[in-house]
Amino acid sequence: MATLNVLILVCLGYVVLLFGVAFAADRLAATGRSTWLRSPLVYTLSLSIYCTAWTFYGAVGYAARSGLEFVTIYLGPTLVMIGWWWGLRKLVRVGRSQRVTSIADLISSRYGKSNTLAICVTILAVLGVTPYIALQLQSITLSFSIFAEADPSGIYNEGASVFWVAAGLAVFAILFGTRNLDANERHHGVVTAVAIEAVVKLLALLAVGIFVVWGIAGGIGPTMARIDASEIGTWGVDRGRWAAITFLSAAAFVCLPRMFQVMVVENDDERHLRAAAWAFPLYLLLMSLFVVPIAVVGLDLMPEGTNPDLFVLTIPLAQGQEGLAMLSFLGGFSSATSMVIVAAMALSTMVSNHIVMPIWLSSQGGGVSVSGDVRDIVLFSRRVSIAVIMALGYFYYRLSGGGAALASIGLIAFAGIAQILPALVGGLFWRGATRIGALAGLTVGFALWVYTLLLPGMGGSFLSEAVMTHGPLGFGWLRPQALFGIDGIDPMVHSVMWSLSLNTAAFCIGSLASFPSPLERLQGAQFVNVFDHSAGPRGWTGSVAQSEDLMIMSQRILGAREAQEFFHAEAERQGGRGYLPEPTPTFLERLERELSGSVGAATAHAMIGQIVGGSSVSVEDLLAVADESAQLLEYSGQLEEKSSELSRTARKLREANEKLTQISLQKDAFLSQVSHELRTPMTSIRAFSEILRDTEGLQPEEQTRYAAIIHDEALRLTRLLDDLLDLSVLENGQVNLNMGDGSLREVLDRAISAALTGSDRPLRVRRHRGSERIPLHTDLDRLGQVFINLIANAQKYCDAAEPSLTISVHDVGGQVVVDFIDNGSGIPADAQSMIFEKFARVGSDKAGGAGLGLAICREIMQRLGGEVSYLAGQEGGAFRVSLPLAYKQAAQ
Amino acid sequence: MSAGPDTEPDRAVAPPPVFLERQSYRRRRLSDAARLLPILGAGLFAVPLLWPSEPEEAGAVSMSSAIVYIFCIWALLILASAGFGLAARAHGGSDAQGPERD
Repeated sequence: MATLNVLILVCLGYVVLLFGVAFAADRLAATGRSTWLRSPLVYTLSLSIYCTAWTFYGAVGYAARSGLEFVTIYLGPTLVMIGWWWGLRKLVRVGRSQRVTSIADLISSRYGKSNTLAICVTILAVLGVTPYIALQLQSITLSFSIFAEADPSGIYNEGASVFWVAAGLAVFAILFGTRNLDANERHHGVVTAVAIEAVVKLLALLAVGIFVVWGIAGGIGPTMARIDASEIGTWGVDRGRWAAITFLSAAAFVCLPRMFQVMVVENDDERHLRAAAWAFPLYLLLMSLFVVPIAVVGLDLMPEGTNPDLFVLTIPLAQGQEGLAMLSFLGGFSSATSMVIVAAMALSTMVSNHIVMPIWLSSQGGGVSVSGDVRDIVLFSRRVSIAVIMALGYFYYRLSGGGAALASIGLIAFAGIAQILPALVGGLFWRGATRIGALAGLTVGFALWVYTLLLPGMGGSFLSEAVMTHGPLGFGWLRPQALFGIDGIDPMVHSVMWSLSLNTAAFCIGSLASFPSPLERLQGAQFVNVFDHSAGPRGWTGSVAQSEDLMIMSQRILGAREAQEFFHAEAERQGGRGYLPEPTPTFLERLERELSGSVGAATAHAMIGQIVGGSSVSVEDLLAVADESAQLLEYSGQLEEKSSELSRTARKLREANEKLTQISLQKDAFLSQVSHELRTPMTSIRAFSEILRDTEGLQPEEQTRYAAIIHDEALRLTRLLDDLLDLSVLENGQVNLNMGDGSLREVLDRAISAALTGSDRPLRVRRHRGSERIPLHTDLDRLGQVFINLIANAQKYCDAAEPSLTISVHDVGGQVVVDFIDNGSGIPADAQSMIFEKFARVGSDKAGGAGLGLAICREIMQRLGGEVSYLAGQEGGAFRVSLPLAYKQAAQ
Repeated sequence: MSAGPDTEPDRAVAPPPVFLERQSYRRRRLSDAARLLPILGAGLFAVPLLWPSEPEEAGAVSMSSAIVYIFCIWALLILASAGFGLAARAHGGSDAQGPERD
């Protein structure tokens, strides 16, 4: 007879073996020589944590009570695996591309990295899984007690054994589940240990099955006959339960945190799914192949009242097969331990990432980069979480006292976890699914599950008999197991139907009625169209100064060496040489994913947000930035316009300044010329008046002559001043034109007579009076002034012996011109450009002019709209007056 | 000299073939079948819902035949799934990309 001590020794040896395997696998993975660790076989075997002790021992009991119904627990996952193309493939791809760490992280990440949702899912998972852990503890304790009963010499304390089992499992999970904060969140050691346990439990069950069928029943035929003859010999499954549990197990297979952990988080290669698609159903088939024969043989052989849940263990013991019993015990032990370890790991990740870290972060205020080591805090919080979860399971077991109430908790937990399904499936396939919808669905489903299944399942201590039969406050339609008065359904089916359908309805209505935030919409597109693009949402911008803070923070989460390597690689990728890359959006996004592998998407987002700060955290901000940049564009357009206007003004100013300088120069020159012109007559007036005053005995002729000189000079001064006044009036444009009608001939007549009267030098004027009959509409006096000036000039300056002036009027290019041509020597070519300037005089000052005449002429003609110019190439001095075109046209 | 530029655009402009090659066509139908498999499986596993659920009813199905039915369907699904997996692998590397876009 196997003693309890031997059992404990074997047990400890087995655990040591698992430790060794896990340790070796971690070492192998660290050195990168772990190709076989990443094979589809290990992946498939790790999925087997679906088969817990509840299924290892419980399936036989289940079959003994309800026939083939137990198989539905396996059929659901089989269908999910076979249909991997529909859902799992996408789930795994999303999980890998978003670096998801848990199911709560996935849901939170999909719905705009909402931590509220993550907390809801985490709480749901803890509530659903803790009793499940208690169930595993119970199964291990029960199997111990079987051996204890068979070994009367041993001293067996149930309570103590539960405690030690729980503590041992916690230590194992802590040692291998929280060794490091792997960026990928993969635990090769644990996965390998789980795979070995999967082999052990399969072998154990197959061995017991083969022993039962061939060793006891005597082959397949007799076994079948025995089955048909037994109390479960005919098909008698409740139809509703058959369908509901198949569906439920399929849903739970995807949603259970531990399944998500091994299926998505620990997945190394998507192609493993293809192999697992047939290998895992095969594993499930083998696990359930001998369940009914064992149950039937157990019912036959074992005495009345034996717990059918432990037939796997008790049949070999009763048959004296101690080795087989030991193997069977190890199988059950493996089932329980692998499930507990992975579940505790998955839950602790969720609890620490979504509950502990956010609380810690907010308690730290803005100082991620200045306070303690985040890496240690994350690991510590995970370790504590594992311990707390195991403690919860332990206390749950102690408080519920074990027994049948606990046995039914498996399906209840499935139903609770399945409430995540609508949010999960909706999030993967429907872009319109929103955070509000997911929250509404989860809340409704969770509440209904608690009310219709969890509380009634816990017995009378939570819901009184009155509430069960008459409804709360007498509302009959609110009875927990007959909602809306629909009675007579199996409580399980009833609860699943109502909770999941109302959950889905709330999810859809909430999603349709609400409007998602931009981040949600981006993430939604990322998830739903994960095969089209696998880039993350852009949400970060930063300045170089923040790289150092990011580095400090990353070192605390990823570890100093890993973070430095990561940053260095990033810097090289950006083309730099140092250790601090530019915080480009791409880099920040990659860093966020790297961090989210350790602390979860929402926390990583918040941490980077704290450092990069207000520069740009969310898509809302990005949109605001987009708005701003649109405004900026508009504004810069305005600015550009203004600046071009300014430059135009500046150019004008510059031009004006140049003009002013020029004018100022002109004015200086003018003033000096004017003063010179004024000084000459003033000098002679002064000199002659002094002679008149001081000289005694002047002859009257002399007096007259000197007085005449003074008079002449005074006249010349007056004329000069008149001319200056005239010129300034003309130049300032203040002149008033006295427009009148007349003919060119009259104007010429008057000008010639005015110019030649009182002249001592004869000037012969030749005219062609016929051509002068041109009517004019202009200021006739001013035009006459121009003519007088030109004629007087000819009279003064013509150096011919018999001076003559020819005035000819003709048409040049449709314009009437009047030419004044004398027979003198004309004006030298180098002076021709000067003659219209003020005070310009050609040759000596023999005529006593001030040199303003032609300047005045030019001004007058400009005012009148015509032109006066020197006509080069004639025999003598020649001036041409072009009459304004408008006058001629008016004349016609 | 002139042949090069003339033929190049022709090839580029030519419309893609309306029908897939025979092999890719087979591969796509294969993946269609693989996708339909879980629906078939669910339907077959739902067949027991038609059986009388009370053991006392006439024509009650014996447990052994129920076991044979369920496990045969199960094994069939596994074989089909494995077959599709092997066939997909046999179609080679292009498979990794091809059906995903389908």
